[in-house]
Amino acid sequence: MVVPPVAARRPANYARMVRTLLPAFSFTLILLAIAWLNPRAISYLGFSLMLNLAIPIALATIAQMFVITINELDLSIGTFVGFVGCVTATWLRDDPLIGILVLMAAIAVYAGLGALIHLRNLPSIVVTLGMSFVWQGLSILLLPKPGGKAPDWLLALMGFKPPFVPFPIVAALIIGLVVHFGLMRSAYGTVLRGAGGNPQAIGRAGWSLLRTKVVMFAMTGLFGVFSGIALIGITTSADANIGNGYTLLSIAGVILGGGEFVGGRVSPIGAVIGALTLALAAGSLLTFMHIPPDWQVAANGVILILVLAARAFISRRGG
Amino acid sequence: MAHGDRTIAQLDGVERHFGAVQALGGVNFEVRSGECVGLVGHNGAGKSTLMNILAGIGTPDAGLIRINGAVEPGYSIQRARALGVRCVFQELSLCPNLNVAENTRVSHPSLSGRGGARTAADLIMAKLDEIFPGHGIAPGDIVADLSITKRQMVEVARAFTVTSDPLLLVILDEPTSSLDAQTAEQLLSHVRRGVATGTSFVLISHLLGEILNTCDRVVVMRDGMVVADDRSESFDRGRLIATMGGGHPQTQAEGTDTADPGAHRPVMVRAQGAQSQIELVARQGEIVGLAGLAGHGQTKLLIEVFEAGAASQAGISVAAPMALVPGDRQTDGIFPLWSIARNISIRSLARMRRGPFLASDLEQELAATWQERIGIRTPDMDNNILSLSGGNQQKALFARALGSDARIILMDDPMRGVDVGTKLDVYDLIRTEARRGRTFLWYTTETEELNNCDRVYVFRNGQIVSELARGELTEEKVIHSSFEGAEN
Repeated sequence: MVVPPVAARRPANYARMVRTLLPAFSFTLILLAIAWLNPRAISYLGFSLMLNLAIPIALATIAQMFVITINELDLSIGTFVGFVGCVTATWLRDDPLIGILVLMAAIAVYAGLGALIHLRNLPSIVVTLGMSFVWQGLSILLLPKPGGKAPDWLLALMGFKPPFVPFPIVAALIIGLVVHFGLMRSAYGTVLRGAGGNPQAIGRAGWSLLRTKVVMFAMTGLFGVFSGIALIGITTSADANIGNGYTLLSIAGVILGGGEFVGGRVSPIGAVIGALTLALAAGSLLTFMHIPPDWQVAANGVILILVLAARAFISRRGG
Repeated sequence: MAHGDRTIAQLDGVERHFGAVQALGGVNFEVRSGECVGLVGHNGAGKSTLMNILAGIGTPDAGLIRINGAVEPGYSIQRARALGVRCVFQELSLCPNLNVAENTRVSHPSLSGRGGARTAADLIMAKLDEIFPGHGIAPGDIVADLSITKRQMVEVARAFTVTSDPLLLVILDEPTSSLDAQTAEQLLSHVRRGVATGTSFVLISHLLGEILNTCDRVVVMRDGMVVADDRSESFDRGRLIATMGGGHPQTQAEGTDTADPGAHRPVMVRAQGAQSQIELVARQGEIVGLAGLAGHGQTKLLIEVFEAGAASQAGISVAAPMALVPGDRQTDGIFPLWSIARNISIRSLARMRRGPFLASDLEQELAATWQERIGIRTPDMDNNILSLSGGNQQKALFARALGSDARIILMDDPMRGVDVGTKLDVYDLIRTEARRGRTFLWYTTETEELNNCDRVYVFRNGQIVSELARGELTEEKVIHSSFEGAEN
């Protein structure tokens, strides 16, 4: 193999390295801030508590990442996670068979949306915005007021305490690696990413673009289901509005993790790190900073803007 | 050279229409084994359409496709690939977000299992080393980071990689357009080596020397028909150019005399294109044509001239307000949700005001005037613009430009896909407006339209390579300059 001249290759690789390391860098930054504000939080128990809610956020972020890979956006993922939560806290506990069927049907609906969006050439933003109201409505029908209870097996799973490493970190690692190998290393994963980069080229190579959309939306549905189930395992009961914040968190997580809105450039491991960063920044950091609860949501938004602006700034200078 | 007598691909009476436009009118085309066929023709002659059909991307409206002697009724991309027909497309078809090995893997469904990534990397590297020694490309390079030349090299090499499907015929659509002289030479000698081992090729190129030196047989297309098909020894540059463009001097369009009547008139546009030796000058009342093959810098120059109206640009000076008539009306031209009248008045809203508000009667007046002058066929100018046919939509865009205060009208191949009747109407109007002192810069891919121009600049590779006054304008000269440059 011919060794390329170093000078010609450095800039592109340098920019890519900066982009790849950025999620880890911002995560470290938030961790350092927490350690400085409250050193006792950096412990097995501290991480378990702080990152508990990161698991459903990470799963929702991965769900969002699948549609972003093919240049679409899912504005219904938050209410979908809420719907799955309501199903989990009611049917999945009381009558597991019905619960499983309902969740599978929900994934099928997602696959159908992918087909609809492709065949009718609809903007996914419009379709999923409409669907967000459908999921929300179904949640309210199912659980008009907060309640329900998580199945016992789920509570046991989410309460699992592995030795040395807190469960949320183990879970995040597993999620990141599984999706990384599926999307970044497998042959069909490559095709799926290619469909985001240059759909025409993928079509001309003989692949079905309809199938790529259906598969990606179904994957979004699947990980949305995982996210809703994991969320109920932590909160133990459900509420129709429980997942509403996840739509924007998941989009921010993907972008923070080094993904781009268009062009099939995504990073599953980056997205998981992005989700962890947001979970820390949005929850623990604000508490440790003694921000009054009235201002936490606004402060949350400010942190989001700062972090994403830093990302945009660095990747523009780097690339 | 060992040519098989076996016909491996045959298109019989293939027709293709896009709306009312006939792109292919019953074309017969065949490729034999171990043969390189050159396919030449001017813009819009139907070369790419024909090759898309051969590659399974477009379906013909009529006609038969035979591969290896068997009729292929349900011919598709997948079928073409399975039979060994590959195509290197004119516009790059690599995924920019994937690396070189991944792009190779995507085109080989059989590389699915474990180790597929490794195999794909080895395949493409071996092929790159074979075709372009010293290429400097690594399998892990993301395509977006590669130069356009290297992308083209990857795309070409990818077409030659073989896994489970055979390699029967490779279609190369302008493969050397992004390559430098050395890599282009490497590619063409690889083609010759492939021919020697029995692979067949179709080579589309606007470099006629390349065609004559590489191909065994040359097929010339014109207006969706094959007009010549002969061994390449029987062609030379002159005969190729004559066959492509007719070669006989064009009759003068009626109108002004052939002497330069406007030399004393004020200069309205002066543009020195990048690296061009020749300066573009347009005087008041002149119709100036921009010719050459599509995408060789004509649109870019028009846009630069247009932008010079808002903020001064280096090397460009303009002396009056301008309006641009876009060629791609769907993306750059019409406001699809608006009425015809509003689509026309948008360029002139400053004049349509009474106080801070729009005066709808002035708008209606403008629309009515131009409906009559340019002949827009609609019962009501308040109908949605999409209710018009394509040609009438284009007329509305002309009305927008001509109804404005612009003294210079820039036209970016505006007659694309417009019917003949509309064209003749608009030609008349342009000549009338020019006599009234308006200046036109007219980029066109249709050589006949140049007959309406007082002077023509021919573009090649982003430069103006030749300037032809009305008296010396022939289709042959235009084609000559656009293909090989004025220096020959």
